[in-house]
Amino acid sequence: MNSLKSILLVDDSPRDTELALDALAAYNLANEVITLRDGAEALDYLYRRGEFAGRTNNQPAVVMLDLKMPKVDGLEVLRQMKGDPALKVIPVVVMTSSREEQDLVTSYQLGVNAYVVKPVKFQEFVEAVKQVGGFWAVVNEPPPVSLRRQPSTGA
Amino acid sequence: MNSLKRILLVDDSPRDTEMALAALEDYHLANEILTLRDGAEALDYLYRRGQFAAWPPGNPGVVLLDLKMPKVDGLEVLRQIKGDPALQMIPVVVMTSSREEQDVIDSYKLGVNAYVVKPVKFHEFVEAVKRLGGFWAFINQPPPGSARFFDEKSKAEPTQSADPTQSV
Repeated sequence: MNSLKSILLVDDSPRDTELALDALAAYNLANEVITLRDGAEALDYLYRRGEFAGRTNNQPAVVMLDLKMPKVDGLEVLRQMKGDPALKVIPVVVMTSSREEQDLVTSYQLGVNAYVVKPVKFQEFVEAVKQVGGFWAVVNEPPPVSLRRQPSTGA
Repeated sequence: MNSLKRILLVDDSPRDTEMALAALEDYHLANEILTLRDGAEALDYLYRRGQFAAWPPGNPGVVLLDLKMPKVDGLEVLRQIKGDPALQMIPVVVMTSSREEQDVIDSYKLGVNAYVVKPVKFHEFVEAVKRLGGFWAFINQPPPGSARFFDEKSKAEPTQSADPTQSV
């Protein structure tokens, strides 16, 4: 039943991913956390193709998405998700080191649900991830599974 | 104080509003919250018309929106916000007693940023509002033009009372 509120974490930084997983674990979140390393993997996962072709679990309750990543960057993942009726209801929280106003504006214009600037200091980063998890994996009511179950034809 | 507020709380229940404000007290956000009682007031505020015509421009960093309200309900407010290019970037968090799947579906389809079901128990309600407030008032970066757009930017505003070039 964990997949009801599973978290998809997409970040190419092993350090940030590890810190985030520690922060979420320390918070005692029972949620399943799936970690992927770039936008191409994220799209394969969401569209159940490539190495994820046989995936049968539900879509995540929230996607925590880095912006600057190899292969396919976060903004492109966001653009494809929010442009696809089958994926657009999945909440996406951008988590980035970028303070560039253009990234912020573009993210909101594309329909991001929330935008978090990763704090540079270790302790502040951990605290921010806890707050993200504490809200999105606990308090937020995700779109009903019926809306997230639809297999997507992908493109 | 007609200043730009960080949070717009729209709820017709005085009890829920009072509890939410009490829950947010820990964060010292009292002066950062504007509370309104129905969807008509919320739209008047966002469009700076009616009683809010003379208020300073700018958008709240987040709108906490009840669904079942008199005059104009929350879904209609959400529809208008997300359908207007001047308002659609404002984060909207629905806060409702409704667990009806149709309300959740409609809200997400209209582009809601988050959906929170108000817990019935007092303690759980307070905890949920704290987490909600902690995330949306401090961790989320609101779009440009909002209250608290990049904290450093507002801190960097030249507010010095003295001009250093004038000092002896």
